[in-house]
Amino acid sequence: MNRPLALHLVVIAALAAAFFVLPDYHSGNLARIMVLAVYAMGYNLAFGYTGLLSLGHALFFAAGMYGLALSMQHLSLTAIPALMVALIASALVAGITGALALRTRGVAFMIVTLMFAQAGYLTALYFVQYTRGDEGFVLPQAVRQIAGVDLSSAMGRYFAALILFSVTLLIIGALVRAPFGRTLIAIRENEARATMLGYDVQRRKWLALVASGTISGMAGAAYALLFGYAGASFAAVPYSIFPLLYVLLGGAGTTLGPLVGAVFMFYLIDLSSGVTDAYMLVAGVVLVLLTLFLPQGLLGTLRKRWVPWLP
Amino acid sequence: MNRKTLLTPDYSRRGALKTLGLGAGALAATTAMPGFVQAQSSAPIRIGFQVHRTGIGASYGRWYDRTSQAAVKRINDAGGINGRMVELVAEDDGTDPKRGAEVIEKFATQSNCDIAFGTLFSHVVIGSAPRAGELKLPYFVVSEGHHVASGMLNRYTLQPGITDVKSQVQAMAPFVAENLGKKVCMIFPDFAFGHDHRDYFAKAFEAQGGTVNALIAIPPTETSFTKYFPQIPRDTEVIYHVMTGPAVLTFVKELGEFFGPSRPELFGYIDSLEAVDMASPGLEFLEGSYMWEGNPRYAQADQTEYDKAYREAVGVDDNGASVSDARDVSTYAHMFGCWETLNVIKAGMEAADYQGPQDRAALIEAVEAMSDMPAGADHPQGAKVFNGKTHQVFGHQYISKVEDGRLNVVHTTSIEDTLYEDEVDYTTRSF
Repeated sequence: MNRPLALHLVVIAALAAAFFVLPDYHSGNLARIMVLAVYAMGYNLAFGYTGLLSLGHALFFAAGMYGLALSMQHLSLTAIPALMVALIASALVAGITGALALRTRGVAFMIVTLMFAQAGYLTALYFVQYTRGDEGFVLPQAVRQIAGVDLSSAMGRYFAALILFSVTLLIIGALVRAPFGRTLIAIRENEARATMLGYDVQRRKWLALVASGTISGMAGAAYALLFGYAGASFAAVPYSIFPLLYVLLGGAGTTLGPLVGAVFMFYLIDLSSGVTDAYMLVAGVVLVLLTLFLPQGLLGTLRKRWVPWLP
Repeated sequence: MNRKTLLTPDYSRRGALKTLGLGAGALAATTAMPGFVQAQSSAPIRIGFQVHRTGIGASYGRWYDRTSQAAVKRINDAGGINGRMVELVAEDDGTDPKRGAEVIEKFATQSNCDIAFGTLFSHVVIGSAPRAGELKLPYFVVSEGHHVASGMLNRYTLQPGITDVKSQVQAMAPFVAENLGKKVCMIFPDFAFGHDHRDYFAKAFEAQGGTVNALIAIPPTETSFTKYFPQIPRDTEVIYHVMTGPAVLTFVKELGEFFGPSRPELFGYIDSLEAVDMASPGLEFLEGSYMWEGNPRYAQADQTEYDKAYREAVGVDDNGASVSDARDVSTYAHMFGCWETLNVIKAGMEAADYQGPQDRAALIEAVEAMSDMPAGADHPQGAKVFNGKTHQVFGHQYISKVEDGRLNVVHTTSIEDTLYEDEVDYTTRSF
């Protein structure tokens, strides 16, 4: 077994064990963090591996969230078919967005994705009779189950989040080491050279964005299913920034960086808010310092200095 | 400093380790501490206070905080609840539903709170309530949203200290129809809050024989409003406006510029102007207009003794501003809900002989059994009737006229004006 795969399996096993070891509060947090980490892992595929700096991933997160929640609320679908709807919805939205936004690059790509996300946010507000707009709506506890497992229970929620996280981690871990993943990294490093070598760069970037958006969408669907709420605030600009922060903190282009970044950010806010009301200032200062002194993020720095095989 | 020091910053690694160590220590301490607190039989009753300290609700949160602290001080000065002091455990929800849910989890599983209490913005309440229900943590909200009485939430979520938007809006219709005009043009923000007004007021107003002759929905990101005003029909007798957020001053100013000295009657909601000084430039146009108030901001000529005591306890002067800073205007129309909710919690805990988390269901049943809440020091806004089935309280509403830059109450609705058919019976749901 190669070392990256072994590391991924150890992390998954450690997360499984954590549920039985950690106090309720922290295991509950970890369930949420794993969902957010999946969101960031999707983002990482576009940004960290392909070099596509998107500011509109909240659109994909929300597409998955509403794909699941609206189909359960208005079409009375059960969780598995609703997850399929979420998957299709987020892939479709990512596909269309990618087809248009990838005509641009660099700063223009950032702006175009931001505008798409804003259009998605306003769409959620516009169709208020279905989405309840900014207020959002609750998914009843009774419908939040798969194969008889109650996803609103602490254990059901945790292990559902862990399964989603594990599957995503293993897929991304394999993907980025496969030839397709290597070409994405080549595009990130030198797009002109990748084009010159004969790769269909545009098509690969589109595929990367669709995969990225679909993974982010599944995180959105999981959030609604596990925490019982869907609302337009998840489509707003801050939710496009969060995965970028998680990835930058944890290490862009590392498979476990999104998890590390999400854990770091969550507890930075949680602990500093217990000390001062100006906790966002504390978070901001820490982020600036980390960016200055560890520009490759926590795991990126670890890989560069001490553990070169780190995936 | 030599070159090696510059290139290999050992100090930062040690610093990082120290930081991680401190973080781990803090984590362990915060995890271990609640057990110690819980072990003490005479420990305070801990009320988790979900508060908007940051985000769009921060101005409300500041005053919700002050009011709640004052209410808890009064309760503790009178001996606490069941002989135990009350402690507010405040956490910022960032006016964000995700953070709101996290805060509820923290109250239930980390801070060892007996119950949760807060908060105003509907999306935070709706995002938080499922977790409160799942964690079986009584969650007393001061939101004025219809989401509690609509049946969307759960048995653990109650709103006993402030009326909901549906009852507020429908209670305005008789006054508008009888005193201001029969043809109303509604201007409202094009999101859920505005749609509640559109739906509930239009229905109630038509039942009074009036007509809504135009519905003008303003997109939530709009910053200039003049282009919408030509849509106001010429025969409009009353403009009903419920704009909120930072653009409200621009809205009023542009409405004034559009109509000049001759305008239809104006009827609005103080939500637009909570924490805003009525003397702010641009608000002159509101002179002579009418506004809904949940609780009159300005001390009235017939001010009750208990309103006087409530103002003094919270630190609000006769103009509705902070006694320490006249520019710091309160959210007077809403924040009484915190005071009253905390008093309902006290009454409920005493009725249930609440001793600890094992009595949470008994506490909810005790509150569900409540009905009449007479006006007085515990309910300074006025008398109320609580509906245990819908977990929603009903009470008087105030209509004030802007005269010389202050709001004078011209009409007080009856509680009956605010009632509507039950949409849910939470008491039939299990704990």
